[in-house]
Amino acid sequence: MAEQAEAIIDIEGLKKTYTLDSHRRVEAVKGIKFSVKTGEIFGLLGPNGAGKTTTIGMLTTRVKVTAGDAFIAGINIRDEVAVKRLIAVVPQQNNLDRSLTARENLIFHAKYFGVPKRVREKKAEELLEMMGLKGRQDDYVRAFSGGMAQRLMIARALMHEPKVLFLDEATTGLDPQSRRLLWDKVRELNKGGQTILLTTHYMDEADELCHRIAIIDHGEVLALDTPHNLKRMVPGGNRIDLELPEVPDRLVDILRGIDRTGEISRRDEEDRIILSVHGGQGLIPGIIKAVQETNTDILGVQLHHVTLEDLFIHLTGRRLRD
Amino acid sequence: MKTFLALLQRDVTVLIRDLPEFVMRIAMQPFLFVFVFGYVLPSIGQVKSSYANLLLPGILAASMMMAGVQGTAIPLSQDFGAIKEIEDRLMAPIRVSMVVLEKIVMGTLQAWIAGGLVFPLAWAIMRSNLSLHVTSFGYLFLYLFLVGLASAATGITLGTIISPFKIPLMFATIIIPMIFLGATYYPWHALSNVVWLQTIILINPMVYAAEGFRSVLTPGIPHIRMLFTILGLFGAVIILSGIGLRGFIKRAYS
Ligand SMILES: Nc1ncnc2c1ncn2[C@@H]1O[C@H](COP(=O)(O)OP(=O)(O)OP(=O)(O)O)[C@@H](O)[C@H]1O
Ligand SMILES: [Mg+2]
Repeated sequence: MAEQAEAIIDIEGLKKTYTLDSHRRVEAVKGIKFSVKTGEIFGLLGPNGAGKTTTIGMLTTRVKVTAGDAFIAGINIRDEVAVKRLIAVVPQQNNLDRSLTARENLIFHAKYFGVPKRVREKKAEELLEMMGLKGRQDDYVRAFSGGMAQRLMIARALMHEPKVLFLDEATTGLDPQSRRLLWDKVRELNKGGQTILLTTHYMDEADELCHRIAIIDHGEVLALDTPHNLKRMVPGGNRIDLELPEVPDRLVDILRGIDRTGEISRRDEEDRIILSVHGGQGLIPGIIKAVQETNTDILGVQLHHVTLEDLFIHLTGRRLRD
Repeated sequence: MKTFLALLQRDVTVLIRDLPEFVMRIAMQPFLFVFVFGYVLPSIGQVKSSYANLLLPGILAASMMMAGVQGTAIPLSQDFGAIKEIEDRLMAPIRVSMVVLEKIVMGTLQAWIAGGLVFPLAWAIMRSNLSLHVTSFGYLFLYLFLVGLASAATGITLGTIISPFKIPLMFATIIIPMIFLGATYYPWHALSNVVWLQTIILINPMVYAAEGFRSVLTPGIPHIRMLFTILGLFGAVIILSGIGLRGFIKRAYS
């Protein structure tokens, strides 16, 4: 994705305060600001209640904005009808039309958008095929499993060729296999040029799928960057844990001498010592060689990759999911 | 406009798909009314045969009201239920108020069909007891038009304020009283001995519907003046559509 790609979504200080009753309010989104570039898979990663759905709701005209502005392809989101023409949403909850069959869900959706008959029929055919629902196209969606419903909702969203596709927790509640399948579909779509804004509370999902991620918590963006850069924000970075029976002083000095090693720390356990060397997996051969040089046995070696979870803990002191 | 028609087409498709159910729902009510009040009761001598005349306009109004309310309130409260099936239609490139208008059109159509069924049923079942004098077809159609709209508007209002679980309750506490206290089975003027009741039921659109039909179908029976029933129905359409629209919009956004 080109760095200089233009922004298709521009969010300028969006705010949403829900009024529960006269004296209870929830500040669900507290003035966020970012932009999404054309052709990008952009992720909103945050725990339950972070304000992800509310943000998507505002961008897709379903939630009334309390303050701030946002533009999709230059159109103010308050211009509802114009914005609705440009976007499509796959919501967190199944909202398929249960009075209709799978194929009819697609066809009627396209009709709402005035897609000509020939085009919508061809498109429905293609999308059902792509989402692996061809065999079930004439079944009522009442009987669809979570994964099938999710894929059908994506197909439906694509019927009118939106400029931006919003996916709200598209894989929550799916089994690992269906999740993988959905990830593949998302990547496939993006390869075809589809801009996608997705939300998730799975850090692996954000990491694997997204070009850039905004980490959000309590309605605020805590960090925004590529997954790679975000993980670099975690002090220490990747880490190699060595399990050793003893640690000669000399060893630590040799390890320090290896190019690109970071901080070294030790933790003594009952029958072993764990020596943690911060740095990438490229260090492993050198480290092992160093240990052997000091004639020390190796009980175990473990590589710890920094995850976005580590970053979230670093930023908030809490885990993404408890 | 294309979007509006597509929304309408969606509802018509769903309706026709359950055609037997739709026909039963729409026709049962008028059939029973006509059969029991226009045939059974006069036949066993419980009521004078002229009661049929008094009743027909009421049956027409009640059947239309039932169909219009059922045709809007039930689907709407389901659409807005836990699964929010209506979301895809709210995301259609059209103003949300147009989605409401589409629902009103659907309800009105169903009320008209129900109303349209009353005439042949009445003719088939209680023809011998009936003597209708249509004073003006123009006014008859005006009333059919207004009563259809008023029933759909009532349905929209109820559908947006009532949760799906409370639909049976809605019928027991709102629709049934509306029909029983709507000058349906008795002309409004007959209530002159119970003035308080006669007065408060004036808030019920059913009164204007039934009395309006009396004025064009059975002008011999005392009825509220046309001007007032037309104004009453107009008022009901405007007020209830307004409330329904506001309720709908409130539900459509968070
Ligand atoms: N319609 C609403 N009325 C009142 N409060 C709401 C409403 N919707 C969301 N909230 C509150 O706003 C906050 C943010 O909710 P939101 O649904 O946007 O979070 P989320 O990041 O999507 O969470 P999840 O991962 O659970 O989907 C929460 O505290 C929630 O309780
Ligand atoms: Mg959410």
